[in-house]
Amino acid sequence: MRCEEARPLIDFYLDGELDALRSAEFELHARGCSECTPQIERAGKLRAAIRENAPYFAAPLALKQRIREALRAEAGAGAAESATRATIPRWRIAAAALVSIAAAFILVFTLRSHFTGVEYDEDEVADQVVASHVRSLMASHLTDVTSSDRHTVKPWFDGKIDFAPNVPDFSAEGFPLTGGRLDYINRRPVAALVYQRRLHYINVFIWPAESSLTTRAKTETREGYNILHWQHAGMDYWCISDTSADDLQALAKLLQQ
Amino acid sequence: MANTLDLGRFEQAILPHLDAAHNLARWLVRGASDAEDLVQEASLRAWRGFGTFRGGDGRGWLLAIVRNTCFTWLRKNRRQDLADEFDEDIHSSESATPDPERQLFEGLDSRRVQQALEGLPAEFREAIVLRELEGMSYKEIGDIAGVPIGTVMSRLARARKRLQKSLAAPIGKEA
Repeated sequence: MRCEEARPLIDFYLDGELDALRSAEFELHARGCSECTPQIERAGKLRAAIRENAPYFAAPLALKQRIREALRAEAGAGAAESATRATIPRWRIAAAALVSIAAAFILVFTLRSHFTGVEYDEDEVADQVVASHVRSLMASHLTDVTSSDRHTVKPWFDGKIDFAPNVPDFSAEGFPLTGGRLDYINRRPVAALVYQRRLHYINVFIWPAESSLTTRAKTETREGYNILHWQHAGMDYWCISDTSADDLQALAKLLQQ
Repeated sequence: MANTLDLGRFEQAILPHLDAAHNLARWLVRGASDAEDLVQEASLRAWRGFGTFRGGDGRGWLLAIVRNTCFTWLRKNRRQDLADEFDEDIHSSESATPDPERQLFEGLDSRRVQQALEGLPAEFREAIVLRELEGMSYKEIGDIAGVPIGTVMSRLARARKRLQKSLAAPIGKEA
């Protein structure tokens, strides 16, 4: 590891976010580097200063007591209510009406988003896709299961996610399958397939789409990475890599077959 | 939905994390009595939404509710604490540039560290408190704050840069 590689990792190393292999490489470099060492010490001292001096505000006993009592009262009230089914106060009827109206609105919006095919904030998901891609490279934690054999990678996902992604290998087409990984995007576990294109890695994130629409692939560039996103066969696909947009398009074509 | 059986489960899975809840709330809103009120409010909310708890990390689940309760309160009562509205000039109490050669963090006490942390925008403070005081990973912090890991990284980096600066300033220079 060289200084330029080690510097950006200092925070990740001290925060325990590097995996064992990467940590070992980092330490090996740091031990022999008189320029990195002071920076690491400085960052370490700041952490120690905060941990040792920042007060930890534990909850006062009286507050805990108060919360327990409030909970018991509410749980008890709930139980009593359902038991007696007494007269329904007027404000409850009003509240119920409001809830129904709100529900109707939500339904309309949900339906609308179904028709337009947009179920989530694509901008935010794109950010997460970039972050996950960077992280997968940074931590040398590219794959949980490393294999070019689709019959090894596909079963590996069984029981880890609630859907079965298609896991094709495209070695013959110049996109060898490197492995798979479990990732977390848009607040749900997703399958990440890793393909290689010459020296570049491509992450393909897959999860079940809300609708069964097939959409055309959309391209964008974010923080220097090319991103391609589409839906087909009831799945959401997000491809990201530093390889060319044309390469990604080619892979997308293969995946859509 | 709410019954005594559930209450038992709630008390076991969630209530042990009231210390973490209070610590986070206290750092976010700063005032002692506001923090207590918000923790109580968040706990009741957590109880009402306990049906959505899928087991697992009770601390993260509760803290997400606490932080949302606190940020709603901050938006209403102290917008100037939020990153969007944060005025660098008011809060940069250390106008004197610290001597880079000076050895860091001499004579620190908890009051000074607390002041430095409180001088950060609430979102940055949150990231530091969860990382350094709760020992949480980037992913756990991101889940609580509802932001991607990349955002957690940049908040931590920017927070530390500011803390580095304010804590390295000579004692007595803070406003």
